[in-house]
Amino acid sequence: MEDNKILEAIERYINGQMSADERMYFEQLRKTNSEIDQAVVEHTFFLQQMNRFDSRRKFKSLLNDVHIDLAEKGAIKSPRLQGNAKVIYLFNRYKRVAAIAASIAGITTLAVSIIFSSVAPTREKKEIQELVNTVGQLKNHNIKQDQAINTISSKVNASGVSPAVDYRAGATGFLIDTKGYVITNEHVIENAHEVYVQNTAGKDLKAKVIYTDADRDIAILKITDEKFKAPSSIPYSIKQTNSSIAEPVYTLGFPRNDVVYGEGYLAANTGFKHDTLSCQIAIAANPGNSGGPVLNKKGEVIGILTAKQTTAEGAVFAIKSKYIFDAIRDLENETLKLPTTSNLKGLERQQQVQKIQPFVYMVKVN
Amino acid sequence: MKQEQNEKALLFGLAKKDRKCIEAIYKDNYNLIQALIVNNNGTVEDAKDIFQEAIMVLYEKVQLGDFELNCQIRTYLYSVSRRLWLKRLAQQNKFSIGDEQHFELAMIDEDSDEHEKRNVDFLMMEKAINSLGEPCRSLIEAFYLEKKSMQEIALNFGYTNADNAKTQKYKCLVRLKKLFFAQYKNESL
Repeated sequence: MEDNKILEAIERYINGQMSADERMYFEQLRKTNSEIDQAVVEHTFFLQQMNRFDSRRKFKSLLNDVHIDLAEKGAIKSPRLQGNAKVIYLFNRYKRVAAIAASIAGITTLAVSIIFSSVAPTREKKEIQELVNTVGQLKNHNIKQDQAINTISSKVNASGVSPAVDYRAGATGFLIDTKGYVITNEHVIENAHEVYVQNTAGKDLKAKVIYTDADRDIAILKITDEKFKAPSSIPYSIKQTNSSIAEPVYTLGFPRNDVVYGEGYLAANTGFKHDTLSCQIAIAANPGNSGGPVLNKKGEVIGILTAKQTTAEGAVFAIKSKYIFDAIRDLENETLKLPTTSNLKGLERQQQVQKIQPFVYMVKVN
Repeated sequence: MKQEQNEKALLFGLAKKDRKCIEAIYKDNYNLIQALIVNNNGTVEDAKDIFQEAIMVLYEKVQLGDFELNCQIRTYLYSVSRRLWLKRLAQQNKFSIGDEQHFELAMIDEDSDEHEKRNVDFLMMEKAINSLGEPCRSLIEAFYLEKKSMQEIALNFGYTNADNAKTQKYKCLVRLKKLFFAQYKNESL
């Protein structure tokens, strides 16, 4: 407690918050007590370091912000080299590595596919709960809400809000190409008649399913609504390699009618019962989080949230992001360009989330 | 003459962290640096890193009230970027900068060394704060960096009163200082 008071006094002394008398007394103390004098010098230095740290961090994030802005406006050439230039550049840079990698990959693929076909897992329905938000579950809850809202709704009706889409299940999806391609889970849109995506502004946009892969649990939608405005670029990137476990991750999703943020870490590089298609994440997820992006601190998407294990607490599974690339390759008739550089590096988490939010959609199915 | 005045204005703006000025400097020089880095074994990501660090060096210089560059901003940024990139290449054991169109270079030794020292300090503080753990980290940031009052902090963090928050903050501060100075002493030995 004693030290506490001394340090507080030192801080007030450095910040010039002492009264004249107090200051005199303290300066006297400083002269007679070398320990206190030493502590003042040390703490002054420390506070200066902290202030420098802060101003530098703020400046850095300002620079990053300017960079993203200018890149989006096309005022600077970053972040992507255009078309051929990039291919040639990458080819020159990596040709030898690529050749070796390709031959290794070829052999491995063969081996893996043989192993896989013999032990391919059948989907476990009971232990794993897919995180689609079935509207039925929420019915009870809704009735109560309805009653509350009903009393007000008659007054509100006149204001003319756009008609909401009736839907039986809701989940999450996110944009992977500026032309309006949204990725989500296959189990979300299973047996769907109609699919809508709702952006963070609350607008419903009609979409159609253009690709499904039940094994990997990936589906790609294309927004067909004419109200959809294509953004100039996507801030996050899709990661092609595995991540290391213990890496902090976060997700955005629609477990309810509003976007919800969640934080956790990568727990294992395999999924339920050693499934190598997916990875395990420790994060709070609820029905409705299905199809949401799992991002690391650099703003790279490392997976798509899929399911949680009902027999264990806090075990959530995500499909590894590299399978998004596989899905794109399987697409016929459509060519997609996945974002491969993240514009979010070095930004504070709040800013990252702010930039990502407009690209995450609530997927509504009926 | 006009251009000289313009450059001065940009430097003054930079010292005040004026966004328009920073954007102008960024826009005028980024592509040049990106070309330098990308043509010399770097990626676009490296270019962004190096360029931002170069601006930081300039920013630190004008922060100290030193607006005498003795050369154009463009030359200055190029020289600093070149030096930073050479250093990084050397660290990665790669070869040095080869095909360079003869671009005027400025004397930047002092600024660059000073920056390096600050860089080390910055990383030390970052490491110390990051290894502090919650809720200490948020508490310290709220008080010392965001300059919030103790009353506000007590309310936000759910302490019953400002005194409790103060005691907690004190404990965190002592830990942070220990972490920071442990590294600092290691570094200066």
